[in-house]
Order: sequence, then C-alpha cells, then structure tokens
Amino acid sequence: MNVLHMRLKTPDDLDKLRDDIRQKQEKDKSFLAVCGGTGCSSSGSEKVREVFQQYLNRHNLKKKTTLKFTGCLGLCERGPVVIIFPQGIFYQKVQESDVEEIIEKTFLKGEIIERLLYQDPVNGEKFIYADDIPFLKKQKRILLGNNWLMEPTSIEDYISLGGYQSVVKALTKMTPPEVIAEIKKARLRGRGGAGFPSGIKWQECYDAVSKQKYFICNADEGDPGAFMDRSLLEGNPHSVLEGLIIGGYATGASEGIIYVRSEYPTAVKNVKTAIAQAENLGLLGENILGTGFHFKISVSTGAGAFVSGETTALVAAVEGRLGEPRQKPPHLVERGLWGKPTVINNVETLANVPYIISYGAENFLRLGTEKSGGTKIFSLVGKVNNTGLVEVPLGMTLREIIFDIGGGIKNGKKFKAVQTGGPSGGCLPVSLLDSPTDFEKLNSAGSMMGSGGMIVMDEETCMVDIARYFLRFLEDESCGRCFSCREGISRMLEIVEDITRGKGSVEQLELLKELANVVKDSSLCGLGQTAANPVLATIRYFEDEYFAHILEKRCPAGVCRDLIRFSINEELCQGCDLCLKKCPGEAIRGEKRQPHTILGDKCTKCGICLETCKYNAVVKI
Amino acid sequence: MEERTRTDLENLKKPNGSSVVSLLQEVQEKYNYLPEEILREIAKERDIPLIDIYSVATFYKAFSLAPKGKHKIVTCSGTACHVRGSEKVAREISRVLGIEPGYTTKDGLYSLENVNCLGACALAPLVVVDGKYHGNVTPAKALELFKMYTVHEKEEKEEAGCRCATAKELAK
Repeated sequence: MNVLHMRLKTPDDLDKLRDDIRQKQEKDKSFLAVCGGTGCSSSGSEKVREVFQQYLNRHNLKKKTTLKFTGCLGLCERGPVVIIFPQGIFYQKVQESDVEEIIEKTFLKGEIIERLLYQDPVNGEKFIYADDIPFLKKQKRILLGNNWLMEPTSIEDYISLGGYQSVVKALTKMTPPEVIAEIKKARLRGRGGAGFPSGIKWQECYDAVSKQKYFICNADEGDPGAFMDRSLLEGNPHSVLEGLIIGGYATGASEGIIYVRSEYPTAVKNVKTAIAQAENLGLLGENILGTGFHFKISVSTGAGAFVSGETTALVAAVEGRLGEPRQKPPHLVERGLWGKPTVINNVETLANVPYIISYGAENFLRLGTEKSGGTKIFSLVGKVNNTGLVEVPLGMTLREIIFDIGGGIKNGKKFKAVQTGGPSGGCLPVSLLDSPTDFEKLNSAGSMMGSGGMIVMDEETCMVDIARYFLRFLEDESCGRCFSCREGISRMLEIVEDITRGKGSVEQLELLKELANVVKDSSLCGLGQTAANPVLATIRYFEDEYFAHILEKRCPAGVCRDLIRFSINEELCQGCDLCLKKCPGEAIRGEKRQPHTILGDKCTKCGICLETCKYNAVVKI
Repeated sequence: MEERTRTDLENLKKPNGSSVVSLLQEVQEKYNYLPEEILREIAKERDIPLIDIYSVATFYKAFSLAPKGKHKIVTCSGTACHVRGSEKVAREISRVLGIEPGYTTKDGLYSLENVNCLGACALAPLVVVDGKYHGNVTPAKALELFKMYTVHEKEEKEEAGCRCATAKELAK
C-alpha cells in the first residue's frame, strides 16, 4: 500500500486508512528501534542500522520484523541505543559488532545480553526493559513518547499511532472559539522562553479583522545548551504540523510558516518531507478532509542569529530582512508578517496542541501545576550522569530531575548549581534543589524556564567564569541597536573578565550590579532586558566566589586560567614521559624514570598532562 | 567570472521575489562564501544599495565574505560544552592550526569556526569536522582527531601526486 498516491477526502477516509495500516502492522508487531537522534548518530547509530539491515536481509528475517530508525529516544549519553519490541528490551552503546548477537540471541531466542544493559550510575543495578529504567520511568512523555515507535518521516507510522485525529476532531467537532477555549482551559504557556499563555495569543489573532493571517512556528532554537525543538522536529515532525494546522484553524490563519535554523539540516529535511506527505494525502492544502478549511505550510530557514528568535525580529527575518527587533506596540496580532495579524508559537508549544485537543484540557492539566498545565521537555546536560532529553510534568523538583532521572553528578563530584533559561536565565544553588520547576518558581528564584536548557554544574565549574561566558555570548549576539545593550554588555564583560584575571576590585563589583540594572531597564527587547540575569543570579547566590577572585586572587573551582597553574607531584610521578611527549607547549622537563617538572612560563594550561597522566601525579593549583 | 555571475543570477532570480537572505543563502551554498562580484551584481539587479546587502551578509552567522577552506572545523561553545571544557579544546585547535576562529589556514585546507550552540549538547564538548560530529572531545582527543585528518590529507596529496606522475610518464 503506497499511501502517497491516496487522497483522503473525508475524515472517514482517514479512519479507513488508519485501520488498513494497523492491520498490516499487526502482522509484524515485533520491531527493532535504532535511535537516529543527533546524539546516537554521532556515536555511530547509522552504521549500526546499516549492519542490522544487512543482517536481516541476508538471513531472510525481513518478514519477521521491521527495522525503524527513530527520532531521539532521550538518553543521548548512552548511545547508540537500540530497543527490541514488543518486549521493550533496552540496549545501550550498541556497536556494529553487537548486531549479530542481538538478533541471534535476543531477537530470536529472547536471551538477554548482560553487557549491553543499562546500568545505574549510582548503585550499579542493571535494567532489562526500557520502562523500568529510572531515567525513563520518572518521565511523562506525552510529546517524546511516540519517538521510539515510529520512523520520523513515515506518515503511516504516525497515522497508525493516532496521528491527525486531533485535526479531525478540531475541524469537524469544534468551532475556532471552542478550540481556543480548550487551549485557554489547559493553561498552555509558551515553551519557547517568555511563557506567555498561548490561548490569549490565539484569541487576539482570532479577534483581529483581516482577510489574511499568518501562523509562524518558531524553530529558531538558539539557547545554548538546549535541543528540544530540534529533537521534536527531527523525530516527530507530523506532531508539529498537526499543532500548526489546529492553530491556523483556531486563529483564522490560512498560511503557516516554520522558521527553522539552517544548522539543523535533518530537521529541515524531515519537516519538508512531512509537509509533502500531508499535502499528498490531503491533510494539508485546499479543503482539508472535505471540511472546507484551507491551510498551507512552508519552511523558511534562518541564517543564524540568536536575536532573531525574538518575535518581531523573527518576522523581519522571515521577510528576508535584517533580523532585528522593533518597538512594540504594535504587537504582532496588529502588525505581523507582511503587515498582517500573526501568531508565533514555539515548536514544543505546538506539539502540545494535538494532545490537548485529543485528550482534553482536564487531562492535560492533571499533568502540570495549578497555573500551567502539561509537561516540559528539558535538555539535561553538563556535569550530570545521564545527559539527554527528559520530559517531565511541570512542577517536578530540580532534585528529582537531576538526581533521580539524571542519575546525579558525574564522577561522584558535588553539585554546585543548575543553569536554566539560557542566556536570559540564571544559576540556581543547592538550596533551591527542592523547589518545583515551574514558570513562577523559577522566575522568583532569579532565573526562568526559558526554552528548557538545564545545564548542571559541579564543584569544578566557576560561577564567575559562567557569568563571563554568558556575557561574551550576549556581546556576540546583541544586534547592537540599543546603546545600553550594546555598550552595557561589553562593559560588564570587561569587569567580569578583570575579575577572572584576578584584577577586579570590590568597587567594580558594585559598578557591575549598577550596570546590570541599567541594561535591564533600558533595552528594547528580551535579549537586553534579561542580559543581566546571568550576572545578577551568580552574584546573588555565589558572591563568595566573586570575593575569592577579587580579594584572594583565587579561583576556587580551578577554572580561571590566570589564577591556576599546573604542577607535578614528585612523589607520584613515575617519569613515564607520557605527559612530556603529549605536552604541546614543550613545557615539561625531566629524565626518564625521574620525576618531571612543568616550566611555568611555557605552560599553556591546556591540561593535557592532567588528562594523560596515569598516576594522578599532575595537579592543578 | 562575469559570465558565470550572470547565469547564476538568472537562476537565483527564479524563485519569484525571493528575499535577499534566501538569495545569499543560495550563493553561500554554491560557493561556500559570498563573492564580492556577485553581491555587487545582486545590488544592481535588485536595485538595493550594496551597503544593505553587506549588512545582511555580516549580520547572519551563516554567511562568510571570505572563501572557506577545504575542511571546515567547527568548535561548539554552547553552555553545556563550556562547562565541560570546550574553551580549552577550542584554544588547542586554534593553536595547532595557527589561526583564530573565523579564519582559514594559508594553504586553504582548514577553516575554523566557533559557534554558540550546535544542539547536540548531550555529547559536549563537541567538535564538528566537515559535518561529522565528534562528541566528548578533550584537548588531547582534539589533537588526535586533527592528526587523523592531516594524515588523510597527506595521503590524498601523495595519491594525487602519484596519479600526476603516471600521467606524465604516459605523456612521454
């Protein structure tokens, strides 16, 4: 059955197609899911898939099973990940050489291969089934859950999992105001940064009088340390299209545009494929499923500018102009793309819409907190054991996310802080670990939800260096339109750089705070208004580290280059010459079998000696 | 150049009314940078001041006004990469190549770029060479990686050299 040659004229046609697909898939209920997310791909999952395919072909097993190259499964650090269905057996770090054994033992005989099982980083317990692994068990994956059951660009898979049913429900059983009322009732808030209630945005656009309206999906994911939108678009593009169609129907827009970063080539490709498939089937375009609703979607690729994620700047970028923000009002519902009323929602926000429409606002609300419903996807990264994507109900505590799901801090180090909200957010200390992760609590703690980056930091992360890092990022990304943002960030950076070099003073610290508030108060867009957050939040919770740099000329975390030096412990050094050979600066001297020394003036502080020494003889002071 | 520019522009003009950004994206993709002559042509054809095109070309990160090297090395400095030591990695690569990010080596072999986030944060620190992602890179690993590429490059050169020699011999 080639669905690409069909055209669905009524909702019944879609039901029939779904039944047909399910009937066909019933026969091969067992399947092998090889994760094709960015993380696993980088670790070689594409090769693993090829070897699987070859093996299945060679041994005539094609009829017995289906091989699916899926979207991101979440546990990126343990990639390549393979799951064997229907049991749901989870194998991690699978290599090409493991393929034969997996098929012969596990797939054909049901035997478990111990060495490929997930092992808990803390207590060493091994798990066989994906559902039992604490990393996955504690999550609530309403958006990511389907990723491992389908090929991202298979519309058959998506339809068989219930795809496009919410479009049918909205288009045939609900009026636009009813759809908007449901979104409002679900208290869905924007997942892209500011957390604005989506229902209100939709309502304003619905109320605006215009023949032409636009609905833009913001996929210009730019927050450093965040990759949720990428994984959604790459792994389940149809869910985003479905949300966009419903958004268009509710607001009266007839055109949708997905503005996606060109740095995400697979996302661009998968979305374009998904659009073509939906158009062919009649789920997009003229008179969708015979309901009389017309909607088309196009893709626009960004050329890379962080500030273009701001809504007014994004509109300018889609129009092909300089992606700079402008003064608001007029708001986008009054004057948006090509001067017409426009709504912009982020990828994850839109992916939530099909769930709300299908299962109702009440079920959605049950997942979240009192003020905002649903789940949130976080990219849990940094110094945590299980890095990857996690989807949890809003309101889960940071401790649960970092320690229960994330498996705690890498290498048994101590937790120091977690950074949320990207360059607009802040770093939260240990004392806030038990506070719930929701929009309000994060804001009152001096950070924000942002798009969902959650970067875990341990005792070896310097908080002054983190402030410097974000200021440098913002200096680079500021469009330069507002004086306060352009110059203020540069001046703040100069001060913080002085501090990291041990050249700062207490007076400078005061000036820094003052500057931070000026930049915050007098910039036009979100970038400038929140630019001071990383500085203010690190001073608020980690002032002692600033003082250690200023008064003692010491970097407690051992990060700031000018305040550290490397040395060799003569008692531990075996004179093996390994560091001497590896040192790119030729800064290590010593006879073989004799303790070596590091020449301070030649040392570039790259740390390669520390990395290569097998006897722990190299120390950082 | 003149001729090539004209045909290119004919092609580029096709998608009706495509914006300056998408025009430049196409040019960038085709040449790996934005040649000055073409920018001048676009300005003339579209009747836009060159300065406006220049401002778009320098605003977006995807555009480059200078030719790129044969191999493109990208170091990521997203937050996740940063806390796992990407700065040390970037510095080491920069030192080995003898160029700062944004530049190309004199032999035209390597271009170095530093970007703010590549969106594969779970594998931090990340280095991308010619589109291939390398995760969990340390300064020492970066050096190994670099060696691998230089060896490969040398082999290719030698191979090309051999072919030339045979061709010459044949010509004799």
